[in-house]
Order: sequence, then structure tokens, then C-alpha cells
Amino acid sequence: MAKKITKPTPELVFGDLWEFDPAPETADPKLKKRYDLFINGSFVPPRSGKYFPTINPANETMIADIAQADAADVDVACKAAQKAFTSVWGKMPGKERGKYLYRIARLLQDHAREFAIAETLDGGKPIKESRDFDIPMAAAHFFYHAGWADKLEYLAPGRQLAPHGVVGQVIPWNFPLLMLAWKIAPALAAGNCVVLKPAETTSITALKFGEICQEAGLPNGVVNIVSGAGETGAAVINHPLTTKVAFTGSTEVGKIIMRSLAGTEKKMTMELGGKAANIVFDDAPLDQAVEAIVNGIFFNQGHVCCAGSRLLVQESVAEQVLAKLKRRIAVLRVGDPMDKNTDHGAINSREQLAKITELVKSGVAEGAEMHQSACRLPTKGFFFKPTLFSGVSMSHRIAREEIFGPVLSILTFRTLEEAVEKANNTAFGLSAGVWTDKGSRILKMSTLLKAGVVWANTYNKFDPTSPFGGYKESGFGREGGKQGLLDYLKQP
Amino acid sequence: MLLKSHASLRRFIDDVGTVDAVGIEERVAKFTTRSLKKKSKLFGLKLAASMIDLTTLEGKDTAGKVASLCKKAITPHEGMDVPSTAAVCVYSSMVRHAKRHLVGTNVKVASVATAFPSGQAPLRTRLAEVRAAVGDGADEIDMVINRGAFLTGELSLVQDEISQVLEACGDATLKVILETSELETYDNIRVASFLAMRVLRPGDFVKTSTGKTSANATLGNNQVMLEAIRDFYLETGIPISMKPAGGIRTAKQALHFLIAVKETLGDAWLNNTRYRFGASSLLNDLLRQIEKELTGAYQAPWNFSDATEGY
Repeated sequence: MAKKITKPTPELVFGDLWEFDPAPETADPKLKKRYDLFINGSFVPPRSGKYFPTINPANETMIADIAQADAADVDVACKAAQKAFTSVWGKMPGKERGKYLYRIARLLQDHAREFAIAETLDGGKPIKESRDFDIPMAAAHFFYHAGWADKLEYLAPGRQLAPHGVVGQVIPWNFPLLMLAWKIAPALAAGNCVVLKPAETTSITALKFGEICQEAGLPNGVVNIVSGAGETGAAVINHPLTTKVAFTGSTEVGKIIMRSLAGTEKKMTMELGGKAANIVFDDAPLDQAVEAIVNGIFFNQGHVCCAGSRLLVQESVAEQVLAKLKRRIAVLRVGDPMDKNTDHGAINSREQLAKITELVKSGVAEGAEMHQSACRLPTKGFFFKPTLFSGVSMSHRIAREEIFGPVLSILTFRTLEEAVEKANNTAFGLSAGVWTDKGSRILKMSTLLKAGVVWANTYNKFDPTSPFGGYKESGFGREGGKQGLLDYLKQP
Repeated sequence: MLLKSHASLRRFIDDVGTVDAVGIEERVAKFTTRSLKKKSKLFGLKLAASMIDLTTLEGKDTAGKVASLCKKAITPHEGMDVPSTAAVCVYSSMVRHAKRHLVGTNVKVASVATAFPSGQAPLRTRLAEVRAAVGDGADEIDMVINRGAFLTGELSLVQDEISQVLEACGDATLKVILETSELETYDNIRVASFLAMRVLRPGDFVKTSTGKTSANATLGNNQVMLEAIRDFYLETGIPISMKPAGGIRTAKQALHFLIAVKETLGDAWLNNTRYRFGASSLLNDLLRQIEKELTGAYQAPWNFSDATEGY
């Protein structure tokens, strides 16, 4: 009797035949040892004399001391902003304001390389992302809003518009300079003055931005940067002079802010968490879908509020997509963020790493199947392997909670209705992705999905002209485009 | 008739899957941001040199021109530790001249045939050319597919002709030129790759272009074909080889193509039995870069012997 011969399943080998040598970015980011608060056009030490260290998450070494602003410092900053608003900036013709914004945009481009390196040092994101995305996009936001500064009367024809005055802004650590640009550029274009608090772990580029303001000759007090932790942010938001508050960060903190501002006259915009569904139909171009799924969840180590963290795949192609995903993450290069070939850098902080680890453990405990790439992680610093979970169901914590890390939960669906039902079955509603070759299905999905942004056959596309914001617990108000700018103006 | 043939192309696309043009171009743009330093760069440069099908395809080709090309292929640069190229690629009338110089070396003789580059000759003429080239000693045959038939939807005719050329090849390796610029869409390139692969033997090639049209190998069409090869391999276990041709003139470009191979097909395709470059002026730029890596200094172009600039 003939023996049954089982042929080995063909598999690709992604080995070390051609290893890349280290390619570190080595330019000087021109950092100071100690960063003071940027108030009223100059750098001033905090009244308390307190500083806190900021570290490089890729190797846990200290980079600099950052001033810790308390309520008294915030008060000085808010008063400086109010004075600048009433004496200079609020009265300045839009045409003149625009010139300052253009100047800031150009200076950001001039200093792009040092900003990119500073961003990667302080935050852990790969240098190729800070170099090719964060910094150019930050400059683009200033360019875009510079153009609006003298055209505000065309923003909403027939409506009278005026700036709010002093705007209090609190931004997160995932895109430090870019979030600053999203906040400051429209505020200034509309004629407001700003008190901004950067995230505790990533203050450096915001304070370096203070140097850009000085170089641009921006009138004193128009932009004020107060670094610190949660209490500093609370002081900015609750200060009587900040008549408008803009916050980007976690839903949890967003809720605290909304509670504290309930009953006040203050205007708010909130850009909070997300648990986006990336929906792949069986007629989708699968390789490009896989590419964008990877980009959607592993871009910036998954520290993205609109990350495509829930993958919904039609059952008929689910196995194929999972196999392709595993092969794709096998060639992701994880490691030193400063290396130009690194695709996946360091987790921003020890706390965030602990949160990711805890949620991944819950995924395993709840019975989902975990797949990780075989990459070696550096021994120092905060790193986490790109992780896929298959067999996830809607009740799993990893399908409901925002992980804010490189963890993809894969679910399946059979029909369009089921996909929509699952995609919308979440407290969030920031973004979604749809993959199909059928144009009419894209249009239908975009109306059915309750998400601020729906990407079709692509993911993570950003542009200053395009409004960005959420539904439900992902927040309200928009950033970018005409809609984002309108949030910085009021009826006089 | 037209309806039926359109349906067959559509069915084939449904079968092998579609390609999103924007997505694939974003993917390949990432290959160009890889930064190769020191040893890894030198490795890539030498690997690329070993993968070249050093080519001359001109009406003015002569036995003398082919002789100097063969010498260059065997020893690309006197005194430099650099491998021979994989093959010399010539018109079928030049095969016997090339063979004389390459017998006993590891450089193969490749011949374009089948009324290259248009393929617009009767099938029996095309097959006769293949047999003649193989008879003169060609180790490899570069054929063109019938693009006219492809675009009118006669996919089985395209495939039949490939099979017949394959038969005429005997033991010679076959490279199937899709002429991607005339197929125009990425979907068509994927379909044509599968059409060819389904009749090829392990080790036969699919190839992008003739080098005789305005657009040649690009990272985009290279990637579509690499992914087709990958999917076909994982489905059948049959490894098909790949040859981008035309338009790859600089070492930097060649490295981008190799990075695409490394990250799409993996280590098993990083050798000249699985991957080739159809190129000529590329060789001297590789030599120049290798020299620079070894000595730290760029040499003037005239320090390298003439490579044919015909492609």
C-alpha cells in the first residue's frame, strides 16, 4: 500500500541573510538641560522652583528637566494672554496675523530635523514617522490656517464672527508637536491668544516651539506654554480668563473636564478616545488592505486615537487576511526609534506599557488567540511586540476598551448589516475604515457608520483641510478644515 | 464574443483578486525610505551585480559588441572582488557569438525571442525563433506575451502560446515578459502574472518589460508581480522567479527593488536563480558604489570599462 505523502506547507523565510546595519539619525536636536515655562514671550522659571525629569522611553535615560507650572504660574500666563489679546492680537488685521503664522510655518520647516529628533527622543516614535509625518504635518497646519487669517468673513457667509479671547488648550503625548499645531494654528488664525499645556511625558517640542515663537517675533503673550501634570491642566481649564477650552486626550479625563466646566459659560471641544472598526469585505484588494490595517494599528505604536484597533473581516476571507497579516508583521522592524529603518518604536511611558500589558493579558485570559511577531526587543526601554488577537468576540475587553497600543483585535462578520452593527456597537465613534471594490457599498457604509471619519480603501489619511472629530464618547467639535476653525470663533 | 471575453477577464480578476493602485504605491514608497549602511549596503550592491542580465538589444549589435559585453559580464571590473553577472542577454542572432565567449563560465546566455519586442509575428515564426536560439546554445529564453490577445480578453490564447513557447524551450529557462506598460492596470498585471505562472515550471521567470516602451520596470509593477509570485508559491509550492527590466539605471534603484524582494518574498528569493535585473548601465553604477564603499572615494566614470548603454 502506498504511503500517503504529506507535503510541507510552503512558507516564506524572513531570516537574516541580508541584515541591515544600524542607521541612526545623529544630528543635534539642540536641546537645553532645563526647560522653563514660556510665558509672555520669554522663558521664566516656575514660581515654586519645581522641575520634573523627562526621559527617553527607548532607553530610560534622562533628557532634561521640565518646569512644573502651578496655579500661580498659569494665572500669570492667562493674564499675559488676556493682555496680548486686548492690546495687540485681537485688534490686529487678519492679514498681519497671517504673516506671523506663515513665518511660524516656515521656521518649523527650517528646524524640521531638530524637531523630528527631539520628538523621537522624548516620545519614542520612530524617526521616520516624526521626520515624514509629525513635523511636516505640523507645518502644513500653520500654512493652511495662515491662509484663513484674512478670510474669516468668508468662513461662514452672513454670520458675524469674533474670537473668544484666551483659549486654554491641553494636548496629549502621542503627537506632541502636531497636536500643538492642530490647537494653536486655528486659535491664532481666528485671533485668539493661547495658554497651552503639553503632556507631562512630552513637553520638549512644545517648549522648543516657544523658541520658534520668539524667532518669529510673535507679540509677547500670544502663545504661552505651561508644562506640568494634571493639576496644571486643571488650572488652565478652570481659569476664569479662558473662555474656550480645547482638549485632546483620554475619554476619562475628558469627562472630568466636562464635569468641572458644567454650568460655566465656557465653550468646549473634546477630542477623546476611539476604538475604530476597520471593515474588510471579501472583494477588497487584500494586500493593500493588510498594508493599511498594519498602518492603522501599528503607526506610532498604536498610540493613535483613531487607530484601527478592531479589524472586522468578512468570514470568507478571514483566514487569508490573518495569514497575510502575520507575514506582514514578520518584517516590521521593532527597536531603536532613532534608527531610520525602525518601523515600530518605543511605548511612550512605563505606565502606558503596563496598561497595554494588562489588557493583552485579559485578552489571553478571555480566550482570544494571540499572535506576535518573532522580533527581538531591546533590553532597556519600554517596548511591546506588535500583537494580533484572532477569535475575538464583542464582549472581550480587548474589543471594547481603548488599548492605545500595538494590539489588533480581529473579529469576523457575515453580512454588511452585521458589520455595521458590530462597528457601531461601541461607546466610541471617532473613525472607521471600509475596504471593498464596490463604490456603492462604500457610500452606504459611510452613512451607516457612526464615526467622525470614514476612510475608504485607505486608512490614517490626514490633511489640514479635512475636519477631524468624533461621535459619542469620542468627543465633540472638529479640528481642521472650516469646521475646526469655526470652533475658535463665536457670535460677537 | 466581446462580451464573453470581457467576462473571462472579469472572472479571472475575481479569481486572483484585485490590486488597489494608491495602496500599492504607498507600500512601495516605504521601500525607498530604508537606509542601508556599511556591510549591508555592500552586500546589497554585490548581490545586485550578481543578478544582472547584462543586455544589449540594438539593431547595430555585432559579434564584436557582444564579445566585449561577454567579457564585461565575466569580469565586471579588473581587480575588484565582485561577482560575474548572471547572464548576457542578446537577440537570437547573436546567441552563437555570445555562447563562444561564455562556454565554461557561470554566465548564462539569454536570448530574447518570439519577435521581440512586439511579438507581432505568426506563432510558428515565433516558435521557430525560440528553437533556433536554443539550438545556438541559449540557456534562457525571454519571450513576450501576446498583449493584443490579452487586451481583447482571449486569455486562453495568451496562455496556450506561453505553453507552446515553453515546449519549444526544452531545457532552457523561460522568462515571460508581460510588457506591463501595455497592460496598463495593476489588475491586468496581476492577471497576466497568474496566467503565465500557472503553466511555468519552478525556476522560470515572469518579467516586467521589454525596455522598448516608454515605461518599464517600476517598484509598483515589480511589487504586484512579487505579490503574485508569493501568493502562487504559498498556494502551489512552485517558486517562480522574477525579473524587472528596463529603467533601472542606478545602484540606489536596484537596492530599493531588492528591499522589496527581501520584505515580500524573503531570503529564498535573494539570489540570481530567483531574481534578476534586466539592465546594462546599472552595472557600472553598482561598481562605482562598491568602489566607494571599499575605498571611501568615488571614482570617475571613465575608470570603469564601457558597459552597453543600449537598454
